[in-house]
Amino acid sequence: MESFRFCFLMLTIAILASPALSDLVLSKVDRRIYLTSHIVRISSTMKVENAGSEKESKVLLAFPEQQAKNMAYLIATPHEGKGKGKNPVVALPVEAANPKDMPAALTLYSVSLPKGLAEGDSFTFDVLAVFTHALRPIPEQITQADIQLVLYQDSAHYLSPYAVKVQSLSVKLPDSRIESYTKLENTKIHGSEIKYGPYENIPSFSYSPIAVHFESNLPFAVAHELVREIEISHWGNVQVTEHYKLIHGGAQSKGEFSRLDFQARPNVRGASAFRYLVANLPPRAHSVYYRDEIGNISTSHLRGDSKKTELLIEPRYPMFGGWRTAFTIGYGLPLQDFLFESDGKRFLNITFSSPMVELVIDALIVKVVLPEGSSDISVAAPFPVEQWQETKISHLDIDGRPVVVLKKTNVVPEHNQFFQVYYHFSQLSMLREPLMLISGFFFFFVACIVYMHADISISKSSASYLAKQQWEEVQAVIQQVQNIISRCLTTHDNLEASLRDLSRTGNIQACKAARKAADGLLKELSKELKPLLTFLQSSPSAAQVLPKVEELVAKERELQEKVMVKHSTVVDGYEKKLGARDIENRVALQQQKLTALRQEVDDLLEFIDEI
Amino acid sequence: MAAPETSTAAVPTLYTNNTLRNAFGGVLSFFILLLIGVMAFSIRLFSVIKYESVIHEFDPYFNYRVTQFLAKNGIYEFWNWFDDRTWYPLGRVIGGTVYPGLTLTAGTIWWLLNSLNIPLSVETVCVFTAPIFSAFASWATYLLTKEVKGTGAGLTAAALLAMVPSYISRSVAGSYDNEAVAIFALIFTFYLYIKTLNTGSLFYATLNSIAYFYMVCSWGGYTFIINLIPMHVLLCIVTGRFSSRLYIAYAPLVVLGTLLAALVPVVGFNAVMTSEHFASFLVFIIIHVVAFVYYIKGILSPKMFKVAVTLVVSVGLAVCCAVIAVLIALVASSPTKGWSGRSLSLLDPTYASKYIPIIASVSEHQPPTWPSYFMDINVLAFLVPAGIIACFLPLSDASSFVVLYIATSVYFSGVMVRLMLVLAPAACITSGIALSQAFDVFTGSIKFQLTGASSNTEVDAAETSSSTAESQTDAVKTEKPEETAKNRPSRKSKKKEREHGEKPSTEAKAEKKRLLALPLESSVHCVWAAAEAYSAPSIVLTSRSHDGLHVFDDFREAYAWLRHNTDVDDKVASWWDYGYQTTAMANRTVIVDNNTWNNTHIATVGTAMSSPERAAWEIFHSLDVKYVLVVFGGLVGYPSDDINKFLWMVRIGGGVFPHIKEPDYLVSSLC
Repeated sequence: MESFRFCFLMLTIAILASPALSDLVLSKVDRRIYLTSHIVRISSTMKVENAGSEKESKVLLAFPEQQAKNMAYLIATPHEGKGKGKNPVVALPVEAANPKDMPAALTLYSVSLPKGLAEGDSFTFDVLAVFTHALRPIPEQITQADIQLVLYQDSAHYLSPYAVKVQSLSVKLPDSRIESYTKLENTKIHGSEIKYGPYENIPSFSYSPIAVHFESNLPFAVAHELVREIEISHWGNVQVTEHYKLIHGGAQSKGEFSRLDFQARPNVRGASAFRYLVANLPPRAHSVYYRDEIGNISTSHLRGDSKKTELLIEPRYPMFGGWRTAFTIGYGLPLQDFLFESDGKRFLNITFSSPMVELVIDALIVKVVLPEGSSDISVAAPFPVEQWQETKISHLDIDGRPVVVLKKTNVVPEHNQFFQVYYHFSQLSMLREPLMLISGFFFFFVACIVYMHADISISKSSASYLAKQQWEEVQAVIQQVQNIISRCLTTHDNLEASLRDLSRTGNIQACKAARKAADGLLKELSKELKPLLTFLQSSPSAAQVLPKVEELVAKERELQEKVMVKHSTVVDGYEKKLGARDIENRVALQQQKLTALRQEVDDLLEFIDEI
Repeated sequence: MAAPETSTAAVPTLYTNNTLRNAFGGVLSFFILLLIGVMAFSIRLFSVIKYESVIHEFDPYFNYRVTQFLAKNGIYEFWNWFDDRTWYPLGRVIGGTVYPGLTLTAGTIWWLLNSLNIPLSVETVCVFTAPIFSAFASWATYLLTKEVKGTGAGLTAAALLAMVPSYISRSVAGSYDNEAVAIFALIFTFYLYIKTLNTGSLFYATLNSIAYFYMVCSWGGYTFIINLIPMHVLLCIVTGRFSSRLYIAYAPLVVLGTLLAALVPVVGFNAVMTSEHFASFLVFIIIHVVAFVYYIKGILSPKMFKVAVTLVVSVGLAVCCAVIAVLIALVASSPTKGWSGRSLSLLDPTYASKYIPIIASVSEHQPPTWPSYFMDINVLAFLVPAGIIACFLPLSDASSFVVLYIATSVYFSGVMVRLMLVLAPAACITSGIALSQAFDVFTGSIKFQLTGASSNTEVDAAETSSSTAESQTDAVKTEKPEETAKNRPSRKSKKKEREHGEKPSTEAKAEKKRLLALPLESSVHCVWAAAEAYSAPSIVLTSRSHDGLHVFDDFREAYAWLRHNTDVDDKVASWWDYGYQTTAMANRTVIVDNNTWNNTHIATVGTAMSSPERAAWEIFHSLDVKYVLVVFGGLVGYPSDDINKFLWMVRIGGGVFPHIKEPDYLVSSLC
């Protein structure tokens, strides 16, 4: 390990070191390198001073090529003393600069100062640079039991196109276990922190390489690709679906993996693996799921309070170096927290990147699915992104929902800022889909009704069709016959009732009146019955039922006669003032016959009914 | 005569209410059917609620993978699909070796939904196919039983089928297997056969052939249909029930059905060449002879007919003998007598264990134990005999079919656990008939006692179906005060009286309660079985201990690891049980899988598994294997791991490679 020596830039820079670009001087530089995660963050506080006479409004920041290609995020903010950093800081504009006489191995960014620096003026600002893939695992392959060692290289002197008067550097490590580090003058080590400096009066473009080789078992979670789909439903939900393709970006695992060892002592046998990831979802996130293409992944925990929702997810297997996995998490968010209205336009205000803690995303695609019928779509993002539009066809869509696609590479948690999608959407379009469903069912029922009522047979003259029609007519007639018979039976019952009244009250006149009414009614009914019977006799398709119907009519007539006889007998009996028992004795025989007949009529009715 | 006044009011409403009553009955039974369908669907969702919406077990994963392929590549690609992910290095022609019914069904549903812009995933459609089709199956049961014994029996049978555990075990959500749609196809084919038999309509006969075609597409169990229906036809002929309706029900089925069956690639010429189909052709000939005889009988005088019979019989016998001799010679010349191994093991239960260990090694091919009858059909087992008796009162063409169906399926279920599934619908139909008939008797008796005085109206309305009768008699009971005067007995009760003898109302009520308790108790059992016994997806295991629920998801952990961390073309060796899952979940090439078509290949893997490390390495190396998947359940106490299956590996390996001998692996020979 000691034999590693990296002096790649030193020579070139020394040769190319040209006279200072301007008369700016960095009077004080404090750099802090945080290696406490696999995302390297360099935070520097710089005090810049104008030693020349011309007014300067731009400061150049230089990064060696090696670093620049890993740089994911760069921000410069005016420095504020301790204690008053409450109010939001306005970032200074930073842009890539390309001055002519600079060495090609350097990438430069220029920071615009809020106001120009006159002679002798000074200004203090902070620069935060975030790098991904900056830690190199050495050795590149480790076994399950090994710990993971990584190497970080930088310069002890601040690489700058300006001369630096006083500078210091501190490197914060995750753990106090350090394999090796470059010892220069003024190097101190405090636990897990290495301090270089202070160094004074270092000329511009000076570079003194340092390398730190240390243990880092932190999760090297890298998402190769993350597709976030944010779907807005104006019915009250923002559905977020995130498809991760994850890889452990640390030292490659070699040899065998013993689950048993891992289970028994996960911290020793599997120190380099990571078991879980934490996602900080927005508060009031609901319907959270975590699955992959073969089903639900049961190893996850969800805790929530009013400030945030914390989701802890474990991949199906512990992630060792170089292992990959893919999964999907999804959650719903309340619409009113993220969708607002201004100037007649609606806008979605939601975070851009993944809610995962300390996750590097190589390629992030954010798709915002707007409701069908949205128009005038525009996006406001806090940093440059690639963007285009698509359409997505989902539940009950006709022409699809507009989708805004944003793409960004090399994303770090610092990118997790709010962005806005503005669009026009009419409230009435919301009703489109319910109305579609309602009308769909409506027409279905209408079709059913039409089908049931319409005669849709193809040939109106075919034998079977005619037969069917005739049969229907016959059925209607039989129905009528049944009705008449039943009315006759009712009349009989009325007569019986009048007899009962008679036995109770002895009012012969009333009984006779009832008899008269019944006679009239029955006559009428038998008149009505005649044409129906003749129809049945003439109809060929009624041949099957005809005998039964005729039998029914005959039986009914017989019954009618019997009832009349009985009625007369009883009334006679009362007129002759015979005793009740006597009358009963007289009628008993008739009564038996009557009951039998009535039974037969009922049977026949039932039988015909069943046809 | 002291006819109560109620009757005068009730009678006129009788006939005006007639159509209304029928309509009401129709709507009521429609809603009951709808609820039965909902119940059949929802009782199968325990697996989704308790676990997750995921495909279960082994074979469903293969079907799922095929469906995915179909959804992605379309039907023509599907027919021509040569799968190189399995049976390495042989591969498998999927299009020609699967029963495509299930796949095409789910694929069609998926396609339909997606063309309506309802973007459900293939997996979701596959998971819910089985519950949907069990709702269809219960409706088909209703139709079938209705044809046999009327609406009441139909509804009862449908309700029983919706929750019979045996069927639930094969059709819970996620159990995406052929049986899921095949049981529906089976019952529906039987229904159409009975319907044709009852109506003699050529329309239904054609539909019957199409339903049979769907069944052939869906499941190898179609041979049951094509043997059972000829048996029934033969039975009808022998018992002198030949009619033109029988001819129409049978002849088109054989001709059209066989032609259609031959269209299914996996069946092809088997439809005319294997012995499984032989019975249908034989009966086809017989029915024509019989039809001819009846025809001749019609046109000849009895004397002439007698002469003709003696003539024809003497000549015909000679010809028949010759033909049968030729046939027997043909059949005998093939080693398996023209039967496939699986069919033979049905006819001779000891066949598989003697000759084909691979069939015997599958747990669902073992004969069932007695408790499993109780577990799977529960109270139905006791109702079946009553149902059979009810089928004989009176015996019709349709009810004789049910008797034949139950008799044969009881035999088959006794041979293989798996065929308990065929028994379940038959048991439901007969039990439905039994229950419904019993209810008819008891409600009749109660009504006779309670409502004899009141009019016919209520009685008849209540009689439309046994299940509707329940509520209505109760209503009648509460409405009418207890009138025990000896009144004109209602017609129906009188009929009952004639048939079954009069039963005192209290006794009948008690009996009815007891009878009601039966299906209620059994439904408790069914729900329990659905929730606890049959809902586990078997790829994810749970165990409850004192410190909460433990989930063992190790299978999917392994498959997910293989999927994401090995090369796409790597070969994975495992015992054949895990073949389907590995191809579907890990998307890696396997050596053998659950479609055990090549015994030698499986034996090779078995030999490798039971050989010492060096020899095994050589075998696997020759098969380009890079990863070996073995399941070890010792740590968590999972019983069906590879150590449990090890003896079968030895047996199957030893069946082809004689140097593997089972006694070498047994303890007794070691010490």
